[in-house]
Amino acid sequence: MAEIGTMHYLVVAMMLFILGVVGVVTRRNVVVILMSIELILNAVNLNLVAFSRLYGLHGQVFAIFVIVDAAAEAAVGLGIVIAFFRNKETVNVDEIDLLKW
Amino acid sequence: MTPVATPFFFYFLAALSVGSALGVILRKNAVHSAIFLIFTLLAQAGLYLMLYAPFVAGVQIILYAGGIMVLFLFVIMLVNLERSLKEEQFNKQWVVGTMVGVLFGAVILLVYRSGAGSFPKTLAVLQESTNTQDIGVMLYRNYMMPFEVASLLLLVAIVGAVVMAKKRI
Repeated sequence: MAEIGTMHYLVVAMMLFILGVVGVVTRRNVVVILMSIELILNAVNLNLVAFSRLYGLHGQVFAIFVIVDAAAEAAVGLGIVIAFFRNKETVNVDEIDLLKW
Repeated sequence: MTPVATPFFFYFLAALSVGSALGVILRKNAVHSAIFLIFTLLAQAGLYLMLYAPFVAGVQIILYAGGIMVLFLFVIMLVNLERSLKEEQFNKQWVVGTMVGVLFGAVILLVYRSGAGSFPKTLAVLQESTNTQDIGVMLYRNYMMPFEVASLLLLVAIVGAVVMAKKRI
Protein backbone atom coordinates (compact mmCIF):
# COMPACT_ATOMS: atom_id res chain seq x y z
CA MET A 1 0.00 0.00 0.00
CA ALA A 2 1.04 3.55 -0.62
CA GLU A 3 2.61 5.60 2.09
CA ILE A 4 0.24 7.59 4.31
CA GLY A 5 0.69 11.32 3.78
CA THR A 6 -0.89 14.48 5.08
CA MET A 7 -3.61 14.32 2.44
CA HIS A 8 -4.95 11.05 3.85
CA TYR A 9 -5.48 12.66 7.25
CA LEU A 10 -7.05 15.72 5.65
CA VAL A 11 -9.56 13.54 3.80
CA VAL A 12 -10.49 11.72 7.02
CA ALA A 13 -10.91 15.08 8.77
CA MET A 14 -13.04 16.29 5.85
CA MET A 15 -15.35 13.28 6.19
CA LEU A 16 -15.73 13.85 9.94
CA PHE A 17 -16.44 17.54 9.34
CA ILE A 18 -19.12 16.79 6.74
CA LEU A 19 -20.74 14.20 9.00
CA GLY A 20 -20.78 16.75 11.81
CA VAL A 21 -22.35 19.42 9.60
CA VAL A 22 -25.00 16.98 8.35
CA GLY A 23 -25.71 15.99 11.94
CA VAL A 24 -26.14 19.61 13.01
CA VAL A 25 -28.43 20.37 10.08
CA THR A 26 -30.62 17.28 10.14
CA ARG A 27 -31.06 16.13 13.75
CA ARG A 28 -33.80 17.40 16.08
CA ASN A 29 -32.33 16.45 19.46
CA VAL A 30 -30.20 19.26 20.93
CA VAL A 31 -27.87 16.83 22.70
CA VAL A 32 -27.09 15.01 19.44
CA ILE A 33 -26.54 18.37 17.76
CA LEU A 34 -23.98 19.24 20.44
CA MET A 35 -22.31 15.87 19.80
CA SER A 36 -22.15 16.71 16.09
CA ILE A 37 -20.46 19.98 17.00
CA GLU A 38 -17.90 17.92 18.90
CA LEU A 39 -17.36 15.91 15.70
CA ILE A 40 -16.69 19.16 13.81
CA LEU A 41 -14.22 20.34 16.45
CA ASN A 42 -12.47 16.97 16.29
CA ALA A 43 -12.13 17.23 12.52
CA VAL A 44 -10.47 20.62 13.00
CA ASN A 45 -8.17 19.10 15.61
CA LEU A 46 -7.17 16.31 13.25
CA ASN A 47 -6.31 18.92 10.60
CA LEU A 48 -4.21 20.89 13.08
CA VAL A 49 -2.28 17.86 14.27
CA ALA A 50 -1.78 16.60 10.71
CA PHE A 51 -0.27 19.94 9.72
CA SER A 52 1.86 19.98 12.85
CA ARG A 53 3.57 16.93 11.34
CA LEU A 54 4.72 19.26 8.55
CA TYR A 55 5.23 22.61 10.22
CA GLY A 56 6.26 21.90 13.80
CA LEU A 57 4.62 21.84 17.20
CA HIS A 58 2.31 24.87 16.92
CA GLY A 59 -0.54 22.80 15.54
CA GLN A 60 -0.55 20.51 18.57
CA VAL A 61 -0.65 23.48 20.95
CA PHE A 62 -3.60 24.88 19.03
CA ALA A 63 -5.32 21.50 19.15
CA ILE A 64 -5.09 21.67 22.94
CA PHE A 65 -6.67 25.13 22.90
CA VAL A 66 -9.47 23.78 20.70
CA ILE A 67 -10.05 20.95 23.21
CA VAL A 68 -10.28 23.53 26.02
CA ASP A 69 -12.84 25.47 23.99
CA ALA A 70 -14.79 22.28 23.36
CA ALA A 71 -14.92 21.55 27.08
CA ALA A 72 -16.20 25.06 27.85
CA GLU A 73 -18.72 24.85 25.03
CA ALA A 74 -20.02 21.46 26.19
CA ALA A 75 -20.42 22.66 29.79
CA VAL A 76 -22.32 25.83 28.89
CA GLY A 77 -24.32 24.21 26.08
CA LEU A 78 -25.48 21.31 28.20
CA GLY A 79 -26.32 23.74 31.02
CA ILE A 80 -28.56 25.63 28.59
CA VAL A 81 -30.16 22.34 27.51
CA ILE A 82 -30.96 21.43 31.12
CA ALA A 83 -32.35 24.91 31.86
CA PHE A 84 -34.49 24.78 28.75
CA PHE A 85 -35.74 21.28 29.41
CA ARG A 86 -36.82 22.35 32.87
CA ASN A 87 -38.93 25.17 31.41
CA LYS A 88 -40.37 23.71 28.21
CA GLU A 89 -40.16 19.90 28.65
CA THR A 90 -38.56 19.38 25.26
CA VAL A 91 -35.12 19.02 23.69
CA ASN A 92 -36.22 19.25 20.05
CA VAL A 93 -34.77 22.25 18.26
CA ASP A 94 -37.83 22.86 16.09
CA GLU A 95 -39.95 23.27 19.22
CA ILE A 96 -37.51 25.77 20.71
CA ASP A 97 -39.00 28.83 19.02
CA LEU A 98 -39.46 31.39 21.79
CA LEU A 99 -37.74 34.11 19.75
CA LYS A 100 -39.79 33.39 16.62
CA TRP A 101 -42.84 35.60 16.00
CA MET B 1 12.46 3.92 15.07
CA THR B 2 10.34 3.35 11.99
CA PRO B 3 6.64 2.62 12.58
CA VAL B 4 5.26 -0.80 11.70
CA ALA B 5 2.32 -1.46 9.38
CA THR B 6 1.38 2.22 9.18
CA PRO B 7 -1.12 1.91 6.29
CA PHE B 8 -3.06 -0.87 7.98
CA PHE B 9 -3.41 1.01 11.26
CA PHE B 10 -4.25 4.24 9.48
CA TYR B 11 -7.04 2.73 7.42
CA PHE B 12 -8.34 0.77 10.42
CA LEU B 13 -8.48 3.84 12.66
CA ALA B 14 -9.87 6.05 9.90
CA ALA B 15 -12.63 3.54 9.10
CA LEU B 16 -13.44 3.15 12.81
CA SER B 17 -13.62 6.89 13.33
CA VAL B 18 -15.69 7.69 10.23
CA GLY B 19 -17.99 4.69 10.73
CA SER B 20 -18.63 5.61 14.35
CA ALA B 21 -19.27 9.22 13.29
CA LEU B 22 -21.93 7.86 10.92
CA GLY B 23 -23.40 6.01 13.89
CA VAL B 24 -23.45 9.24 15.91
CA ILE B 25 -25.65 11.06 13.42
CA LEU B 26 -27.82 8.09 12.36
CA ARG B 27 -28.80 6.34 15.61
CA LYS B 28 -32.22 7.16 17.07
CA ASN B 29 -31.15 6.67 20.68
CA ALA B 30 -29.01 9.49 22.04
CA VAL B 31 -27.13 7.10 24.35
CA HIS B 32 -26.05 5.02 21.33
CA SER B 33 -24.89 8.24 19.66
CA ALA B 34 -22.79 9.04 22.72
CA ILE B 35 -21.20 5.55 22.74
CA PHE B 36 -20.38 5.85 19.03
CA LEU B 37 -18.88 9.28 19.66
CA ILE B 38 -16.59 7.75 22.29
CA PHE B 39 -15.36 5.25 19.68
CA THR B 40 -14.71 8.11 17.23
CA LEU B 41 -12.72 9.99 19.86
CA LEU B 42 -10.63 6.93 20.76
CA ALA B 43 -9.87 6.22 17.10
CA GLN B 44 -8.83 9.84 16.70
CA ALA B 45 -6.49 9.50 19.66
CA GLY B 46 -4.88 6.62 17.76
CA LEU B 47 -4.51 8.82 14.69
CA TYR B 48 -2.83 11.49 16.85
CA LEU B 49 -0.38 8.87 18.08
CA MET B 50 0.41 8.02 14.46
CA LEU B 51 1.12 11.72 13.84
CA TYR B 52 3.72 11.82 16.65
CA ALA B 53 1.43 13.74 19.03
CA PRO B 54 1.26 11.54 22.15
CA PHE B 55 0.38 14.41 24.49
CA VAL B 56 -2.60 15.50 22.41
CA ALA B 57 -3.68 11.86 22.22
CA GLY B 58 -3.57 11.56 26.01
CA VAL B 59 -5.48 14.82 26.47
CA GLN B 60 -8.01 13.59 23.93
CA ILE B 61 -8.65 10.38 25.86
CA ILE B 62 -8.66 11.90 29.35
CA LEU B 63 -10.54 15.10 28.59
CA TYR B 64 -12.81 14.15 25.69
CA ALA B 65 -13.56 10.48 26.10
CA GLY B 66 -13.34 10.75 29.88
CA GLY B 67 -14.69 14.17 30.84
CA ILE B 68 -16.89 15.62 28.15
CA MET B 69 -18.60 12.35 27.30
CA VAL B 70 -19.54 11.76 30.94
CA LEU B 71 -21.11 15.23 30.89
CA PHE B 72 -23.08 14.27 27.77
CA LEU B 73 -24.28 11.00 29.27
CA PHE B 74 -25.40 12.75 32.46
CA VAL B 75 -27.43 15.26 30.45
CA ILE B 76 -28.97 12.49 28.34
CA MET B 77 -30.05 10.81 31.57
CA LEU B 78 -31.48 14.08 32.94
CA VAL B 79 -33.62 14.89 29.91
CA ASN B 80 -36.18 12.14 29.53
CA LEU B 81 -35.45 9.42 27.04
CA GLU B 82 -38.63 7.36 26.69
CA ARG B 83 -40.77 10.04 25.12
CA SER B 84 -38.13 11.26 22.70
CA LEU B 85 -37.51 7.72 21.43
CA LYS B 86 -40.99 7.62 19.91
CA GLU B 87 -40.54 10.96 18.18
CA GLU B 88 -39.10 11.63 14.77
CA GLN B 89 -35.36 12.23 15.14
CA PHE B 90 -34.70 14.00 11.84
CA ASN B 91 -36.24 17.29 10.80
CA LYS B 92 -37.97 17.98 7.53
CA GLN B 93 -34.94 19.45 5.78
CA TRP B 94 -32.77 16.36 6.07
CA VAL B 95 -32.70 15.63 2.33
CA VAL B 96 -31.58 19.16 1.48
CA GLY B 97 -29.15 19.18 4.43
CA THR B 98 -27.50 15.95 3.33
CA MET B 99 -27.22 17.17 -0.26
CA VAL B 100 -25.62 20.43 0.89
CA GLY B 101 -23.20 18.42 3.03
CA VAL B 102 -22.18 16.24 0.09
CA LEU B 103 -21.73 19.31 -2.14
CA PHE B 104 -19.62 20.95 0.55
CA GLY B 105 -17.45 17.83 0.68
CA ALA B 106 -17.03 17.90 -3.10
CA VAL B 107 -15.89 21.53 -2.92
CA ILE B 108 -13.35 20.70 -0.20
CA LEU B 109 -12.06 17.75 -2.25
CA LEU B 110 -11.61 20.04 -5.27
CA VAL B 111 -9.62 22.47 -3.12
CA TYR B 112 -7.50 19.57 -1.84
CA ARG B 113 -6.85 18.38 -5.38
CA SER B 114 -5.63 21.75 -6.58
CA GLY B 115 -3.64 22.53 -3.42
CA ALA B 116 -2.03 19.14 -2.81
CA GLY B 117 1.30 20.10 -4.38
CA SER B 118 1.88 23.10 -2.13
CA PHE B 119 2.75 21.12 1.00
CA PRO B 120 6.40 21.07 2.05
CA LYS B 121 8.15 17.89 0.99
CA THR B 122 10.09 17.41 4.22
CA LEU B 123 8.47 16.53 7.53
CA ALA B 124 9.09 18.57 10.66
CA VAL B 125 11.38 17.09 13.27
CA LEU B 126 9.13 16.07 16.16
CA GLN B 127 10.84 14.47 19.13
CA GLU B 128 8.41 11.91 20.45
CA SER B 129 10.30 11.37 23.70
CA THR B 130 10.14 15.04 24.74
CA ASN B 131 6.79 15.89 23.18
CA THR B 132 5.04 16.80 26.44
CA GLN B 133 7.98 18.88 27.56
CA ASP B 134 8.13 20.74 24.24
CA ILE B 135 4.41 21.48 24.34
CA GLY B 136 4.71 22.74 27.91
CA VAL B 137 7.58 25.03 27.03
CA MET B 138 5.69 26.34 24.01
CA LEU B 139 2.52 26.91 26.07
CA TYR B 140 4.39 28.97 28.66
CA ARG B 141 6.64 30.87 26.24
CA ASN B 142 5.03 31.41 22.83
CA TYR B 143 1.41 31.05 23.90
CA MET B 144 1.45 32.57 27.39
CA MET B 145 -1.36 35.06 26.73
CA PRO B 146 -3.74 32.60 24.99
CA PHE B 147 -3.08 30.16 27.83
CA GLU B 148 -4.20 32.68 30.44
CA VAL B 149 -7.22 33.64 28.32
CA ALA B 150 -8.13 29.96 28.08
CA SER B 151 -8.04 29.65 31.86
CA LEU B 152 -10.33 32.68 32.11
CA LEU B 153 -12.66 31.09 29.54
CA LEU B 154 -12.86 27.92 31.62
CA LEU B 155 -13.67 29.95 34.74
CA VAL B 156 -16.47 31.76 32.90
CA ALA B 157 -17.75 28.44 31.58
CA ILE B 158 -17.85 26.95 35.08
CA VAL B 159 -19.80 29.94 36.42
CA GLY B 160 -22.09 29.89 33.40
CA ALA B 161 -22.83 26.19 33.69
CA VAL B 162 -23.65 26.51 37.40
CA VAL B 163 -25.93 29.50 36.79
CA MET B 164 -27.67 27.74 33.86
CA ALA B 165 -28.35 24.57 35.81
CA LYS B 166 -29.74 26.38 38.86
CA LYS B 167 -33.39 25.84 39.77
CA ARG B 168 -34.38 29.49 39.43
CA ILE B 169 -32.42 31.73 37.08
